[in-house]
Amino acid sequence: MATGPATLEQGARVKPGRVSQRSVWSRMWANRGMYLFMLPGVLWLILFAYVPLIGNIVAFQHYSPFIGFRASPFVGLDNFREMIHDPDFIMSLRNTIEIELLQLIFAFPAPLLLALLLNSIISERVKRAVQSIVYLPHFLSWVIVIAMWQQVFGGAGFLNGLLVNQGFHTIDIMSNPSIFKGLVVTQTIWKDIGWGTIIFLAALTNIDLQLYEAAVIDGAGGWRRLIDVTLPGIRGIVILLLILRLGTALSVGFEQYFLQQDAVGAQAAQVLDTFIYFRGIQSGDFSFATAVGLVRGVVGAMLIFGANWVANRFGEEGLF
Amino acid sequence: MVTTDATPATPDTAGLGNETLALPNRRRRQRGPDRPPWMEQPNPFMTALKAIVLILIVIIMLFPMINVFATSFSSYRDVLSGDFILFPRHPTLEAYQAIFKGGIVVRALQVSAGLTIFGTFFQMLFTTTLAFGLSRRGVPGTRFVLLLIFGSMLFPPGMIPMYLLVKELGMINTFPSLVAPGLISAFNLIIVRQFFMNIPQELIDSARIDGANEWHLFWNIVMPLSKAVLAVVALFYAVGIWNAWFNAVLYINDTTKWPIQLVLRQYVLQGSALTNASALTSNQPPPPAATTQMAIVVVATVPILIVYPFLQKYFTKGVLTGAIKG
Repeated sequence: MATGPATLEQGARVKPGRVSQRSVWSRMWANRGMYLFMLPGVLWLILFAYVPLIGNIVAFQHYSPFIGFRASPFVGLDNFREMIHDPDFIMSLRNTIEIELLQLIFAFPAPLLLALLLNSIISERVKRAVQSIVYLPHFLSWVIVIAMWQQVFGGAGFLNGLLVNQGFHTIDIMSNPSIFKGLVVTQTIWKDIGWGTIIFLAALTNIDLQLYEAAVIDGAGGWRRLIDVTLPGIRGIVILLLILRLGTALSVGFEQYFLQQDAVGAQAAQVLDTFIYFRGIQSGDFSFATAVGLVRGVVGAMLIFGANWVANRFGEEGLF
Repeated sequence: MVTTDATPATPDTAGLGNETLALPNRRRRQRGPDRPPWMEQPNPFMTALKAIVLILIVIIMLFPMINVFATSFSSYRDVLSGDFILFPRHPTLEAYQAIFKGGIVVRALQVSAGLTIFGTFFQMLFTTTLAFGLSRRGVPGTRFVLLLIFGSMLFPPGMIPMYLLVKELGMINTFPSLVAPGLISAFNLIIVRQFFMNIPQELIDSARIDGANEWHLFWNIVMPLSKAVLAVVALFYAVGIWNAWFNAVLYINDTTKWPIQLVLRQYVLQGSALTNASALTSNQPPPPAATTQMAIVVVATVPILIVYPFLQKYFTKGVLTGAIKG
């Protein structure tokens, strides 16, 4: 570079090595332009990510929208006590945990299995084609996905039309409370299995091919290589995803359940997210609903930290 | 070890010295160069099983979409008769004529298009400026702001406090309520910042010598160099806005301001009669709900299908996966 020495001279202003010798204030003054860039985003962050956190104080109040935050009386932990005795809350909590467990058992490993399958495809063209098809549903909204499922499995949908035409009885899939939990897990897998493979595929391609070669030399067959090379190679990313997943364990998602609640009823489809909406926004019981949301958020954060701690204890890298 | 010396992956140098491995290897080279030399010839049974599973997966993924498309172009009778629909037997545009005649679907499409364009613009503006502000080394406070962002991911604001905030700000029933609360996605921000940070410092320094201020650096150097990643992030934001509907349930009471997804929910999933609301001439029998409903689904899906190839091109390249663990 022709301007080499000059570059260094001038660049010293932002080079960490020299900069650190100067005082914080002069560095801040030198970078005042950068703060202008940060300003809009930081203001947004404070307003829309941290002010609502402070807004959680309504969980300790008996909030009334007409008199506002300041005038609403504080009631301590009353809302939380009420929660334990609320049958609808208990029901939503049970539904949430049941669904989350099903998702963990079936929906979480599904992309991993598909990734292993895709990874074993030798032909790049076939692999690409399959990938571009399985990724697609992730980009459709839940409204569209449910509408499509309705069209195929609904009461007046394709499948029942076919059954009637062939002289069979219709079967109730979309509005059957007893199979609803299985249905939502299946829908989740259909929508997100492809998307979930991306990160696993990236991890799989990072495994050193020489490990496979060495395994072959040692006489390991395909199955053995999967157990001893492939799975250990992606263990880190699986644990990372599990930790992240635990953080949202009590929020299985809102849209899917909200959309189908009319069809199967609250008994089957009420989860904590929808419960908060119906109690808070529909019934106007803001304080109680905020308390539920707060408990969920705190439990989620605790689960993340806890799982991360456990992962670290077992010598894994974890999230942080 | 023998294997570490042999260069892997390239078929031509695949002298593993092992007869049982080398033999099938020679045959495979003609069929496709992709198979690593150490891999044994696949078991035909397993190959067939794999192929069947893949074909099944593809069918399961595509069938609902094809069925919806076919239904939307079908005539009422074919849908009623319940025949197997993969291709409409008597293709017709009746359903589309009904929904495009005016009324709520057209308005909702306009709302969604407008929201997507303006919303994505503001999201990109806030995301890129913040990412740029955080991308240069030696700026005190950067760490603190990153911590704020990380914290907002760990403790996402609850639904009710967010609703109360939007209400306090007087944004209920306004379009900004649908964009402002989700203006910056932490995930996208990290991707963009990561990309900005990888721009060589020398480039920035030499521009500074030429007298460029921060704005010039941002607009004339950093942004043009990041076109690809910015395009992906913008597409992700756009898809997000186009697909959003629940925020409209929360914040928008006025049905004339509903985005297409919410209209879709109302008429398709809740089965409200579209024909009553839209301007259909009364002497004409209304097209059946099923085909009209599916036409709305198609109309709401097509924009996604249009941008999908662009999206896919980038995220498979690993633009995004690298940023997940930041």
